[in-house]
Amino acid sequence: MNIDKDLVAASAAPLVLAILREEESYGYAILKRVEELSGGELQWTDGMLYPVLHRLERAGYVEASWGRSEAGRRRKYYRLTGGGAKRLEVQQRQWRVVDRTLRAVGFPAALRWRAKEAWA
Amino acid sequence: MTGPFAGGTVEERIDDWRRYLGRRREIRTADVDELEDHLRDEIAALREVGLADDEAFLVAVRRLGDVDTLSREFAREHTERLWKQILVSPRAEPASPARRREAWVAIALAVGAALAVKAPELFGLRLEGPSAATGFYARNFSLFVLPFLAAFFAWKRGLDRGGVLRLALPFVAGAVVVNVLPFGPASHTERLVALHLPIALWFAVGFAYAGGRWRDHDRRMDFVRFSGEWFIYYALIALGGGVLVGFTAFVFHSIGLDVESLLERWVLPCGVVGAAVVAAWLAEAKQGVIENMAPVLTLVFTPLFAVALLAFLATMLWTGNGIGVEREVLIGFDLLLALVLGLLLYAISARDPQAPPGGFDALQLLLVTSALVVDALALWAISARISEFGVSPNKVAALGENLILLGSLGGSAWLYARLLVGRGRFATLERWQTAYLPVIPIWAWGVVVLFPVLFGYR
Repeated sequence: MNIDKDLVAASAAPLVLAILREEESYGYAILKRVEELSGGELQWTDGMLYPVLHRLERAGYVEASWGRSEAGRRRKYYRLTGGGAKRLEVQQRQWRVVDRTLRAVGFPAALRWRAKEAWA
Repeated sequence: MTGPFAGGTVEERIDDWRRYLGRRREIRTADVDELEDHLRDEIAALREVGLADDEAFLVAVRRLGDVDTLSREFAREHTERLWKQILVSPRAEPASPARRREAWVAIALAVGAALAVKAPELFGLRLEGPSAATGFYARNFSLFVLPFLAAFFAWKRGLDRGGVLRLALPFVAGAVVVNVLPFGPASHTERLVALHLPIALWFAVGFAYAGGRWRDHDRRMDFVRFSGEWFIYYALIALGGGVLVGFTAFVFHSIGLDVESLLERWVLPCGVVGAAVVAAWLAEAKQGVIENMAPVLTLVFTPLFAVALLAFLATMLWTGNGIGVEREVLIGFDLLLALVLGLLLYAISARDPQAPPGGFDALQLLLVTSALVVDALALWAISARISEFGVSPNKVAALGENLILLGSLGGSAWLYARLLVGRGRFATLERWQTAYLPVIPIWAWGVVVLFPVLFGYR
């Protein structure tokens, strides 16, 4: 399914923050995780993730540090900060409102469905 | 996309790709490193599912997104790189109708400012000569220039009607205060109002510059950057204008015509106000020119100012001379410290927020700390003077300004120190400066509106 660009853009930041809440990670792994979580349905142009990460870093929601990959390459790792965790909570509340509103006019229960998938 | 990367091994192709990406100004070397790591992961994954090397490379590059879109996205996240790019992009048509219209609007507003500065002469208020209305022009000076500057940005940013009304309010208020209030003869508060009104109104221009979104911290930083660039352009135009006027007077003099009074009455005042609008337009339209100069200027003047302040402090310590508290001295110190603050703000706005702390940050900390000590000494001298001789408008204004500078410099010093020991982030410092910025116009407006009444127009 092709998801609208606006929706992809809007969900990018909360999704990245939520993934970083699981554990410290880096660009490629974050993309793989998005692919895995969405069952391949949420398609990002790979390069677009990085500007999002940099914006989150600048806002202080994530912290970056340069490390090494298993192959010894320079790799930039990202970690959720306290501020990022708070931000994520706010965003969760916001999504819940959006979801509830959409459901009230007959949309399927998007969030519950996604949560079930993730824990299945 | 595939063109530049044809042929060669994967390593060679990745090198080509790196070089191609590195030519984009919005994408820094560190960003390219990060993207390369991604590219290599992707290539490895694709090889594992059976793609040949060159196929894997092409697919991986394709998935990363095309370079134009990618650099645009990077630029959008890093506005400090965007503004360098967007207006001087070689791909932008040099004279699109929109750009030409902007130039005409700027010229029209510059002419408007020139007419405004000459208009009072119709009512017998002479700008020069023995019967000159010096006080009137000193008080109103900013009102001949800044409304036109604000109008330019209101037009350019497409300010809505509510925004325009809110923008007009400070100018009307300023005009009322300086022209209606009954200042006494040789009034100190009148002088203070004349000095503070331009500062107060400059921030009203900032409101227009930000398109009404003055709460946005990035917009505030852009305005700081614009202020510095405007200043540089204005200084350059003034320099050129001075040379032009001098030579014009000289060549006419050589054929026995004295045009000096004409130059003084028309060219000089009209040029001074018109150039302010033109400088704003240039700073907007030709950012790329200054962009390369500004970091150099801050790099040159930061150490020089630091040395000057340290030399002053050392001499004071050596000779044991305190700071004199005459009016000129107070104003001089405030100007010096304001200049240091300007230099600091400008350096902050020009710095790459993601760069690690380095030697230049240490130098900034040295400059800020020495300015802080000078500020504390000036404060001490003023408060001693106030407790001895009581309050006067000048001393209270100087006290307020020094306290504001103390807050700003103190906060910067603290945050720079934290940054240097690796316990703070540069973004915090930037954010703190932009959050502190409104204190300056609030104080300036306080002086303009409240001081005359509080001190009985003395």
